[in-house]
Amino acid sequence: MRTLDAGTSRTGRRERLQDVKKPFEQIVDEHGPAVLRVCRAVLGPADAEDAWAETFLSALKAYPDLDPAANVEAWLVTIAHRRAIDVKRAETRRAVPVARVPDARPSRDLADDEDVQDLWRALKALPAKQRQTVAYHHIAGFSHREVAEIVGGSEAAARRSAADGIASLRRTLTTAHEEREPRP
Amino acid sequence: MNTTSQPDNADLFTPLQGADDDARRRLHRRLVDAAEAEGVLDVAYRTVDTAVGPLLLAATDRGLVRVAYARQDHDAVLQTLSTKVSPRILRGGSRLDHAAREIEEYFAGRRQTFDLPLDLRLATGFRLGVLQHLPTIGYGRTESYSQVATAAGSPRAVRAVGTACATNPLPVVVPCHRVVRSDGSLGEYAGGAEAKRTLLTLEGAAA
Repeated sequence: MRTLDAGTSRTGRRERLQDVKKPFEQIVDEHGPAVLRVCRAVLGPADAEDAWAETFLSALKAYPDLDPAANVEAWLVTIAHRRAIDVKRAETRRAVPVARVPDARPSRDLADDEDVQDLWRALKALPAKQRQTVAYHHIAGFSHREVAEIVGGSEAAARRSAADGIASLRRTLTTAHEEREPRP
Repeated sequence: MNTTSQPDNADLFTPLQGADDDARRRLHRRLVDAAEAEGVLDVAYRTVDTAVGPLLLAATDRGLVRVAYARQDHDAVLQTLSTKVSPRILRGGSRLDHAAREIEEYFAGRRQTFDLPLDLRLATGFRLGVLQHLPTIGYGRTESYSQVATAAGSPRAVRAVGTACATNPLPVVVPCHRVVRSDGSLGEYAGGAEAKRTLLTLEGAAA
């Protein structure tokens, strides 16, 4: 796909740079996989696809009004972050768990993978803030300052939270692997 | 994306990358369906393979808005649609099934006229007038640029007819390929002279 600059130079007579917006298909193509990994880390493989779908539908709706100078991936992860909080709140409110239709949940193959299960158990054991900061920094690749903008709080707190989260994950996963494959 | 502080911990998360291709296809289809259902898919597109190469088809909720040849650069065409119509553009969906079927029938020689809702918002003024006249040139017939100029109400605007044909947003479906030079030579075409010859040969209008 043509870059923003090339597109502008070709049609740039009247359109100012800031008016040129890529087709949304390109946004899905470029950022969809990273956002899915973040959703998987924050919500677990089972809920990740619902969160992804809701995130991209909201993003599509709001896309024409997005500031063209915005960091698109940070914008998407921010939407996903808010969605995830909504999902958690809805779950807490639900006194009686709603019977979930055992549909052919698409990511079952992934969710059944042992490594994914280990990782998700370890992530799930983290405090929510640590799980988020780990996902946004270590998976999405945002700086600690950017992460702080998404989750709130200071840059230092985001840095500390991600570091604590990673240390804790490493400990849990090492134990999990050792239990599965005992060393002689 | 910030890569400067990309940490060494990426290995921890490799399990999350599993099943990505399947997931991508599934999630993309789901997004397109939801966008269509909620009326926020402003432009849907797909390509069809034809005797004149892959054609890009794009439609709004009003109808077919753009047909483009590969030589017109599909990415550039989509970028223009993003700017001029809406950036809410996704590939796929059912909106173009009908148009794709009619185009396939046309290239198979089983269809002579298109029965499709058209969205002519990309053409205005005299060019729009020319495009509205073109479907009256029947399958297998041709008209000269000056005949079209006269029919569009400006007999001397022969060059403008050429421009209207060259910038036709809906080639093949709005048959600008049926407009040829007065001396019988084919003249230029958005899809290239070879494509024009192919279409007219298909219609039995050129040797």
